[in-house]
Amino acid sequence: MAHIRLPDGLQGIRAAMAYRPETAKPLNELAEILLHAPNSLTPGERELIATYVSSLNDCYFCQTVHGAIAAAHLKGDEELVRCVKADFGQAAISEKLKALLVIAGKVQKGGKQVTTADVEAARSAGATDIEIHDTVLIAAAFCMYNRYVDGLDTWQPRDVELYRQRGKKTAKEGYVAMSQEYLQQANLTPQGD
Amino acid sequence: MPHIPLPEQLPGISSLFSFRPETAKPLRELAHVLLHEPNSLSPGERELIATYVSSLNDCYFCQTSHGAAAASHLGESETVTQVRTDFERAPISEKLKRLLVIAGQVQCGGKHVTRSAVDAAREHGATDIEIHDTVLIAAAFCMYNRYVDGLATWQPRDESMYAQMGEHLAREGYTTSSIRTPSAA
Repeated sequence: MAHIRLPDGLQGIRAAMAYRPETAKPLNELAEILLHAPNSLTPGERELIATYVSSLNDCYFCQTVHGAIAAAHLKGDEELVRCVKADFGQAAISEKLKALLVIAGKVQKGGKQVTTADVEAARSAGATDIEIHDTVLIAAAFCMYNRYVDGLDTWQPRDVELYRQRGKKTAKEGYVAMSQEYLQQANLTPQGD
Repeated sequence: MPHIPLPEQLPGISSLFSFRPETAKPLRELAHVLLHEPNSLSPGERELIATYVSSLNDCYFCQTSHGAAAASHLGESETVTQVRTDFERAPISEKLKRLLVIAGQVQCGGKHVTRSAVDAAREHGATDIEIHDTVLIAAAFCMYNRYVDGLATWQPRDESMYAQMGEHLAREGYTTSSIRTPSAA
């Protein structure tokens, strides 16, 4: 059971966001810009960064839903998502993305862990300043989203198919559009039995 | 030196907001809702939570600027120092102490928050939304701190600059820049 009384029937961050729509708005807008809006890093690459950091933070909901969104962007390649989580050095991704994942892993431990050598390596592999910036902010943001989801002990059902379907829809529609679903649901079914 | 070329003369997160205005907007708005808008927790209490988490994350810019904002709200800085060093002995409410325990657990990781810590906060009068906001403030500063340090932003050791920022943040909140740029004089 969650640590506070959250709306029934909503999983993970959806319950927390429906509980507090005022903070849900900037939280969804941030995810939209970082993961869904046009960028020189593909949505699939950015979702892999989010999935990797969420797996380092051991957040089941975030790594599963963002893993599903990543797979949806990557033509359904769930195996690639598993490889990135298990050992991205061996995964079939670009050298640039590998170097960015090194930076993301450092950010997960703490901001000061990122070294000039890490940044130079990413740049040598072709990463631009804004790609380095966005990698750091995606990793930092998931250190927030993961803590938010687990810190309130939200309901995180083990139902892979649910996440797979949600992933396809979010990959297509983005975060702000998807949020209308549960923010409206929250208005229709306020807390209570 | 920052890891990427950032606008000069802008410290900490201000340089990042200027570099990437698209993400600055929701980041500012989130801080504004969590720390500045009306809430049953006072702005000073919420800034103390932000300061405490930033000090656990060893982020100089965030703990100093939010410490200055807290001091501005409280009208003194001694409490801020005590909260950072040993909040159990600080002259703050039992409720806030129990919320700081939760914030410290969030800083370690979401799964570190215990049922007993939440029950203790509730016994001292914390409401569900106060517990929610404490968790999200702590989580958000695990982001802001990593963002500011992860790109190695310029963080001058200049107390008067932070004092001025703190006063601006306490008065105006987070939707506008708290940095007085030389050209704006």
